[in-house]
Amino acid sequence: MAATDWQVGTVTRTESTSTRVKLFQLSPENPLPFTAGQHIDIRLTAPDGYQAQRSYSISSDPTNYDVLELAIEKIADGEVSSYLHEYGAVGSQVEVRGPIGGPFTLKSGFQEPVLFIAGGIGIAPLMAMLRLRESHGTLENSALLYSVRTLNDLVFSQELFNMADQNGLSFVPTLTRETPSGWQERLGNHLGRFGPEILKTFLESHKFMPQRSYLCGGTQFVESLSSALVDAGLDPGTIRTERFGP
Amino acid sequence: MISNPFFGRKRPESSRPVPPGQYLEDGFPVLSAGPTPRIDLTSWQFSITKNGQSLGKWSWEQLNELPQSDFLTDLHCVTKWSKHDTNWRGVTFDTLFKHAGISDRTGFVMAHCDGGYTTNLPLPDLLDGKGMLAHTYEGEPLAPEHGGPVRLLVPHLYLWKSAKWVNRIDLLDSDVPGFWEQYGYHMYGDPWKEQRYNGD
Repeated sequence: MAATDWQVGTVTRTESTSTRVKLFQLSPENPLPFTAGQHIDIRLTAPDGYQAQRSYSISSDPTNYDVLELAIEKIADGEVSSYLHEYGAVGSQVEVRGPIGGPFTLKSGFQEPVLFIAGGIGIAPLMAMLRLRESHGTLENSALLYSVRTLNDLVFSQELFNMADQNGLSFVPTLTRETPSGWQERLGNHLGRFGPEILKTFLESHKFMPQRSYLCGGTQFVESLSSALVDAGLDPGTIRTERFGP
Repeated sequence: MISNPFFGRKRPESSRPVPPGQYLEDGFPVLSAGPTPRIDLTSWQFSITKNGQSLGKWSWEQLNELPQSDFLTDLHCVTKWSKHDTNWRGVTFDTLFKHAGISDRTGFVMAHCDGGYTTNLPLPDLLDGKGMLAHTYEGEPLAPEHGGPVRLLVPHLYLWKSAKWVNRIDLLDSDVPGFWEQYGYHMYGDPWKEQRYNGD
């Protein structure tokens, strides 16, 4: 089965993690072995033949590829995300194909220090990479800077805090739109706008020199932070980016 | 397979069609595999090469002294968005080839870019008014994240063929896969035939 062939995938589990993000577990008829960071395409067809396709990053550990997990943010006026949020119940079926994507992947080098930077739902492909690294041992060489608007938007928060507490992940979540009480310590005083300053402080205070960096988020977020990494002296060739949104 | 009860968003009757699987976008999304390279216009140079020989070479000033062309065109990105009626200014490959006295009309090219990106396409797809070196978008200098100072513009193919930060095209006898093409993206990439991936 080629990555370009469409096939049927069945929703086997869903979980709303916030008002905007829902996790879907999807089981394709023919399993799709994938690499952490890759995405699949989902296609919907209307009775009049109109079709809409969108790409969604796979957030699950590629070690177990029978089931694919997608973290899908409901976009205002988004015809595919809205449909999936409303009608993508357990047992429903959609057309899928993949896996797709090359440069934004991680498959080896589990010992070298890697920096992950996520803005919002950009956490999805990075989650697959973190889970893969964790299943190959420690996360002591992994750092995740994860910027969201509110605590409610922090998808995978429990799992990420567990990775930090039990497996060595350097985890810096940042909330840009609220300061919940009791979070000052958890957030390590990184409240407020996430930007190049926080990045610089983090790299210096942790003496963290990543061999590779993966950034995923909105256009301006990725543009400004990838530029900050170059300013910090990192080799541009070691920085991989994936952006979404207009 | 019909996705019940999917009807899609309301589509205005009069709007021009978009290629299959595409939707209309008002913004201008950015897709790049790495950081935006920093390019100094004083040392910027574009060249056309073949078999290791330079057939033509232009500095930023020399490019701007050539006859300029304007394209009003639609864009189609393989990530499913299309954008209608975009305005570009630059120098067509017809002009560059004429200026450098290059007579090649067949074969293929590999576009090379700052940051190491490459993409392949047939040479005829750059000629006869089909492709340009674009430096101005909607009347403004092309922004770095969109490929400035100069990107390839080949709007009848998916947008990854319109390589950002292009600095050289190499004329080739055979079609060799570029950066995304090596990852399984289509060698040609016609949006109207929905040639997204190898095998489409």
